[in-house]
Amino acid sequence: MSAYAWMWVAIVGAGALSWLIKLAGHAVPEHWLENPRVHRIAAFVTVALLAALVGVQTFANGRTLAVDARLAAVAVAAVLLWRRAPFIVVVAAAAGVAAGLRALGWG
Amino acid sequence: MTRVRLDPARQQALSVSLATGAYGLSFGALSVAAGLDVWQTCALSLLVFSGGSQFAFIGVIGAGGSAVSAVATSTFLGLRNGFYGVGLAPVLRPMRGARRAAAAQVTIDESTAVALAQPVEDRAARRAGFWWTGIGVFIAWNAITLLGALLGSRIGDPADWGLDAAAAAAFLALVWPRLAHRRAQAVAAASCVLALVLTPLVPAGLPVLAAAAVAIAAGWGHPRPEEVPE
Repeated sequence: MSAYAWMWVAIVGAGALSWLIKLAGHAVPEHWLENPRVHRIAAFVTVALLAALVGVQTFANGRTLAVDARLAAVAVAAVLLWRRAPFIVVVAAAAGVAAGLRALGWG
Repeated sequence: MTRVRLDPARQQALSVSLATGAYGLSFGALSVAAGLDVWQTCALSLLVFSGGSQFAFIGVIGAGGSAVSAVATSTFLGLRNGFYGVGLAPVLRPMRGARRAAAAQVTIDESTAVALAQPVEDRAARRAGFWWTGIGVFIAWNAITLLGALLGSRIGDPADWGLDAAAAAAFLALVWPRLAHRRAQAVAAASCVLALVLTPLVPAGLPVLAAAAVAIAAGWGHPRPEEVPE
């Protein structure tokens, strides 16, 4: 097979595996989830993964950590959330802070 | 004149879809630059449909890696989506057949986050958040991937528009309502620190996945019911 055909095999394979992983979570047997410990862990897992994602998106640059315009933007977002600002305001303000700082040549 | 007012779940779904979809532009452009053609680029967005996995796939190919290692890296980064399906069970079940197949395909960071950001007692809002965000991001991500692949390198960097910071802020806003109690706050802080400590040490994807260990530790004992971020 040509390299081009193998690339297609890889794409379809990656897609199939991606979908099967997603499906596996939805297919976990109901009686497992009725176990209070599993239920509690499932509730904490989404908070843990999303919080880790916020950290990585704010500080990671590939495999190095960086303090740049993203941190300022997320700090502004946190203050706005604490002041109970609407979601869209929080997101738009973060984008504006990061874009503004970068336009000024920082981060 | 009628004014259409969207409820919070749909407002969030719409803004998250647009902000995330905009990243499809850089994915499309980078994928073509890495050597894939327009059709292959669009197929990745349709079939894999998980931003981190897709960027990793083309990153490996662009760096001259093999197709097998591209699939392995992409799959590894997608593992967290499996946990999301478990967390969404109380919101989406019962669900079977085509509906479950479709829900699986749109189970990503964004749809999970918007669903669980809605009040726990309002199951309809949580479902709306999941489906509107999942389908909204799916449409925007695929349409804008095609645009990026066609425009190629002629487009700018989404970071110039602050969209990378907007994504981080959006996830912070979505996890925020679930941090009412100290235990959830501690889990979030510990997960964040663990992921950052691991970032320079282990391959991409693992730092976020490792946060599941924090959740297991937190849920293993006997927290009071109100401390569990449902």
